[in-house]
Amino acid sequence: MSKIKIILFIVSLIPATWLVYALLTNQLGANPIEAITRETGLWALRFLWLTLLITPLRWLTGWNQLATLRRMLGLYVFFYALLHMLLYLWLDQFFDLNDIIKDIIKRPFITIGFFTFTALLPLVITSNNAMVKRLGGKRWKKLHQLTYFIAIASSVHFYMLVKQDKTEPLFYMALLVILFALRLYKKHQKPTTMASSLS
Amino acid sequence: MIVGKKRLGEMPANEITDHQVYLNRRQFLNGSATVATASLLPLSLAHAEMAPEPTFLNLQQSPHSSDDTLTSYDSVTSYNNFYEFGTDKASPAILATKFPDKSKPWRVTIEGECDKPGEYDYDDLIRPFTLEERIYRFRCVEGWSMVIPWVGFPLADLIKRAQPNSRAKYVEFTTLYDPKQMPGQSRKVLDWPYTEGLRIDEAMNPLTLLSVGLYGQELLGQNGAPIRLVVPWKYGFKSIKSIVNIRFVEEMPQSAWMKAGPREYGFYSNVNPDVDHPRWSQSKERRIGEFLKRKTEMFNGYGEDVAHLYTDLDLSKNF
Repeated sequence: MSKIKIILFIVSLIPATWLVYALLTNQLGANPIEAITRETGLWALRFLWLTLLITPLRWLTGWNQLATLRRMLGLYVFFYALLHMLLYLWLDQFFDLNDIIKDIIKRPFITIGFFTFTALLPLVITSNNAMVKRLGGKRWKKLHQLTYFIAIASSVHFYMLVKQDKTEPLFYMALLVILFALRLYKKHQKPTTMASSLS
Repeated sequence: MIVGKKRLGEMPANEITDHQVYLNRRQFLNGSATVATASLLPLSLAHAEMAPEPTFLNLQQSPHSSDDTLTSYDSVTSYNNFYEFGTDKASPAILATKFPDKSKPWRVTIEGECDKPGEYDYDDLIRPFTLEERIYRFRCVEGWSMVIPWVGFPLADLIKRAQPNSRAKYVEFTTLYDPKQMPGQSRKVLDWPYTEGLRIDEAMNPLTLLSVGLYGQELLGQNGAPIRLVVPWKYGFKSIKSIVNIRFVEEMPQSAWMKAGPREYGFYSNVNPDVDHPRWSQSKERRIGEFLKRKTEMFNGYGEDVAHLYTDLDLSKNF
């Protein structure tokens, strides 16, 4: 399992590495700043969807150790979301606090994006074993159900920022519906397994 | 040395620097590419790409030209919003390489409330007019901008020939509808064909251009070949591409974007830093090739020539 973890750790860094390489070799087009901001956001979303895929995969494969990969994937959600946020704060707003506050209030998709990012913070802080212990499994689990809200909010954020062609955000929303539907189905089938499914 | 940074005076951009110097500039750029990319700052330098040899020669330079630094030919021809060829910026340059089909004549119809309507082949349409080079700032509603050396002639020249009558209060423009040539039209992202409109006095303004080229070259497909509108004080989507119909009308026409989002896109769509779009703050813009954002100017900096058109209008309502 630890080997798989190392591989996953490295593979998850590929998008970031590629973006840096593409930036330095001018492969991001005429507006590279817009491109890296968009790409880091998209990768945060993709990793979030992957973390939500872990549990259904466990049910399907019966391979329960998959759960141990979820924390790393979750931290990569934060890694890409943090890059996305920093790029916005730096290259879009140049850390002008006044402008940032105005922007968060004025533009609904920024408002949602901002609060979605803040919602990630308690999850990151409580992601280590010590915190799981301190909170106790039940409370920890409750807190981490925030993930569902974050997933919905980030797909809304994506949907709203796209000008006209909503195909891509709708695609991710459809995947999310499937991920949620699997959970509902499972809950309906065997209400007891859900409660015991979290570490 | 650095062509992009040069102030442009009376001569067309392509005559200031001869071909050999263009080539030398590239060698210089290749040499300095490592430095440029390492610092990440002069993105425009790293991105500069030589424009091909000009095809329009002896162009008249216009007093309306801006002396802003030109956006690189590469950026102008690779970063395009042209939904007829896909909704991302890169698709048009890839999918419009053979557009328009040279084997088919490009016909432009001029009709509606005018005394001299007509249908013209592209060559006949532009023959009477003197082409000039105009360097204009181009501000997209999405918050980015470019500086483009257009080749074209004032729309007013064409309108005078068509002799609009007193009922001609507006001019409506229509893009070609041909999903075989324009694959993006097979999906109903917008209500095809793309249409745009101007008030007749806006259309007659000396800044309003019908463009047939840029950087001394014929327009490429992705830039709206063979003929497009350029209205530099309005957001880019008003500058409709690949025009096949110009119609004088009495009622204010509904543009494709007005139909798509009436609360987001108004008829006027003048560049206005004080009226925000729900998705994009309009107070600043990123000039393509630049690192820092710059403040957006009212009417994209063309207020002196156009502000008088709107003295009776509340521009926050008539956005």
